[in-house]
Amino acid sequence: MSEQIVSIRNVSRRYPGGVTAVDDVSLDIAQNEFFALLGPSGCGKTTLLRMISGLDTPTEGQIMIGGQDMALTPPNLRPTNMVFQSYAVFPHMTVEQNVGYGLKVTGVEASEIKRRTAEALEMVKLSHLAARKPDQMSGGQRQRVALARALVKRPKVLLLDEPLSALDAKLRDGMRLELTRLQETVGITFIIVTHDQDEALSMASRIAVMDKGAIQQIATPSELYEQPRTRFVADFIGKVNLIDAAVLGQKGGKVSCLAQGLGNMEVGCEKSTGDKATIAIRPEKLKISVSEPKGAGLVKTKGTIRDVAYYGDTSHIVADIGEGLDLSINVQNNSRTGGSGVERGQKVWVHFDPADALLLTE
Amino acid sequence: MDNWKDYKKVFWILAAPGTFWLLLFFVIPLAFLFIMSFGGKAIVNGEVSITDYAYFTGFENYLRSVEPLYLQIMWKSIWISALATILCLVTAYPIAFGICFAPARWKPILLLLVVLPFWINLLIRTYALIAVFRTQGYVNLTLSVVGLGPYEMLYNDFAVIFGLVYVYMPFMVLPLYATIERLDKSFLEASLDLGATQFTTFKNVTIPLTMPGIITGVILVFIPCLGSFLTPALLGGANAIMIGNVIERQFKAANDWPFGAAISFMLMFATFAALMIRAFVAKRSAGVDV
Amino acid sequence: MVATLKPGQGPLDYASRLWLKILFGVIYVMLYIPIITLIAFSFNTDKRGVVWRGFTLDNYVKAWNNDALIEAMTNSLMIAFIATIFATVIGAMVALMLWRFKFPFKGSYEAFMGLPIVIPEICMGVALLLFFNFSGMMTAVIAMPWPLNLANIIIAHIAFCFPFVTVVVRSRLVGFNRQLEEASKDLGATEWQTFWNVIVPFMMPGLIAGALLAFTLSLDDFVITFFTSGPETVTFPVKVYSLVRRGVSPEINAASTVLIAITVVATIIAMKLQAPEKSGH
Repeated sequence: MSEQIVSIRNVSRRYPGGVTAVDDVSLDIAQNEFFALLGPSGCGKTTLLRMISGLDTPTEGQIMIGGQDMALTPPNLRPTNMVFQSYAVFPHMTVEQNVGYGLKVTGVEASEIKRRTAEALEMVKLSHLAARKPDQMSGGQRQRVALARALVKRPKVLLLDEPLSALDAKLRDGMRLELTRLQETVGITFIIVTHDQDEALSMASRIAVMDKGAIQQIATPSELYEQPRTRFVADFIGKVNLIDAAVLGQKGGKVSCLAQGLGNMEVGCEKSTGDKATIAIRPEKLKISVSEPKGAGLVKTKGTIRDVAYYGDTSHIVADIGEGLDLSINVQNNSRTGGSGVERGQKVWVHFDPADALLLTE
Repeated sequence: MDNWKDYKKVFWILAAPGTFWLLLFFVIPLAFLFIMSFGGKAIVNGEVSITDYAYFTGFENYLRSVEPLYLQIMWKSIWISALATILCLVTAYPIAFGICFAPARWKPILLLLVVLPFWINLLIRTYALIAVFRTQGYVNLTLSVVGLGPYEMLYNDFAVIFGLVYVYMPFMVLPLYATIERLDKSFLEASLDLGATQFTTFKNVTIPLTMPGIITGVILVFIPCLGSFLTPALLGGANAIMIGNVIERQFKAANDWPFGAAISFMLMFATFAALMIRAFVAKRSAGVDV
Repeated sequence: MVATLKPGQGPLDYASRLWLKILFGVIYVMLYIPIITLIAFSFNTDKRGVVWRGFTLDNYVKAWNNDALIEAMTNSLMIAFIATIFATVIGAMVALMLWRFKFPFKGSYEAFMGLPIVIPEICMGVALLLFFNFSGMMTAVIAMPWPLNLANIIIAHIAFCFPFVTVVVRSRLVGFNRQLEEASKDLGATEWQTFWNVIVPFMMPGLIAGALLAFTLSLDDFVITFFTSGPETVTFPVKVYSLVRRGVSPEINAASTVLIAITVVATIIAMKLQAPEKSGH
């Protein structure tokens, strides 16, 4: 356990009005991890991050940072630093003063401040703007200032609150790569809060998905995408078709069930289930064919194309398979001509390998 | 916005009454005052007249106004006003700060309670202070219970300063409240997060970032304090007179209008100087206005 | 600096800090004790007003029967009433003009409009004293029958009140959506009909707030009135000033309480009207 840099034990944050922002959360974050807290707005992820930083305090539970319970330690005495959503770069200081601020107020020697500030600015490639005031800088540059200002303190944990949300789409991609690179170079644990699944999936080594103040699942990005444990996680991460199913029986690692509109199928599931479940299948795992597909064990059904949306590399298709059930299907546009090869109103077969489907019991 | 030339008639109808009123009953009276400030008592038949004035007798009124006696009063007015302004600032800042961080439903009530006295007649508020602080007032009455006093708390500089603080406090709270409320709280959080204590955060971040509000508040309090007449007249003793009282004396008891006019202009110059300092500082800190 | 925080209380949670609560309490008490004691002792039976001896309305009866005090109060209300009407109309017109038109030297004109607000009251007072004396208005007006003998004071009050009305009304007009006006004209209304049916109703909260501000400013004014009033045209603040110089009396408390009640009611109405949820955006 010594390599756990942050260890959160049964933390809750309840407000006097009866609202619970964070509800009995426990999680461990290892040294040198790039950890993401992901969830819709109001799920408690920011509150959790603020409690790690000390800007908020839990009403119950422990927050161990570097092996010490710091749940009630003021932020200035914690080995954590934060990059704020609004960056909070002090407008009355130059870039250099901003970056050096955290060292100055903790009594670091002037020459040392100068050296480390220069180093940090070098790292975020802002050395040429050291004398600028923040109001003469772009959003992206200000964010780098905020990053340098936090990293110059050499924290054990760097906290990032929606760091990319205020940037435009192009800058965001660049910054995403840069954050990953930075994390690898400095070797500091990063904890990022985001509501954007793409951000979390592409940057983090592990993700905690939160909803209504509680953790739904903690897993690596690919596990989260391919092995979501709950309906919420499956729905929140990427697109998914969720189909109600009645459980008929269970033997070995397989559950046989009757899925609405799809008929009987056998899906792998280790846990014991009740009599109701949900079948989850990603749009790219569904296939379309004009003639009846052949192959043992394929789940197939007839449907009518309701909508085709062309996205260049892929086409997103909605097919009506009866019983008021629509399925989303993503097809690769592999040839220059023809696109998805289907059009609205066309009768088609929709099929998939049951091994690509997932049975969700929660 | 339309160009005035396109609607000349409407423009003139709207502009005329206000402009006329201000010219006739504000600018012309001030011009009278200005001319009077260079005047003097007329010499009629070799005697100094009581009722007539000579138009221009040079700068002697202004020269008189910078004689040590009056310079001293001017100086005293400035430091009493400055002290009252500083006291206002140090009491109003925590109040404004506290209101900004109070629960949302308390904010309007707390703010209203600070502003309400401002709407109550200045004279009545000053009178209320007299009732509290006079020798047979409630403060001395309370003190006498524990066997102290009675103390003479009125009719001195302390009473004037206290009165000014009491009377002009809302002027300080409002601009401070407005700037602190607009201040992005994540600046304070960032400072704490970077290792600053509450005190260093206050000194290095909160104060500089709320400077525009501080300056506005200081000017809003300092100017009326400098020109105050009622508070020193009622709460001050013989020694606690300020520039306003000197002006009043020239126009009422002493009947030396030209000199009173000259001092009035000295007061106006001081006021405009304060306003200009404010404009200057505001320009310099324009980048800081968040 | 606190070494530890309390559970559920962030470092910026100042509202729950005891020292700030105590400071708040002390300052609010200091602000209100004088006013509250003033009001309380207007109901006191003790003549010297020092010790509480029992509840009575005698002071109000005495104040009511004090002809000089009543006359001063009547003058004050009359002045405030007339000055408010003029100041509101003139101030609103200037506000409309500043809101609607651009014209050369607009910045200077706005600064000029702001002068009566920033200039020390006493300077304005003595300037008007000079003006009324040398123009002969002082003697001429004072000789006129009531309420015409108050004309000088009313003129002075309008001069310092209407710039405040302009500020209030203009800040209201800034929120006006010009498309409403265009819609009205598009529907066939003339400029004049549009003005009365669209702009004036929109301005109304600003007009009422401005009028109430002018009313309280006029009712409150001591300094300018002090210099422009004659011996026969005393207003309530001027009367109280002369009484206070002679000492404290429960009668003044009673009269003051009435005036406080008037202004507090007017203020609360004005604030209600200026509250953002009523602005109708």
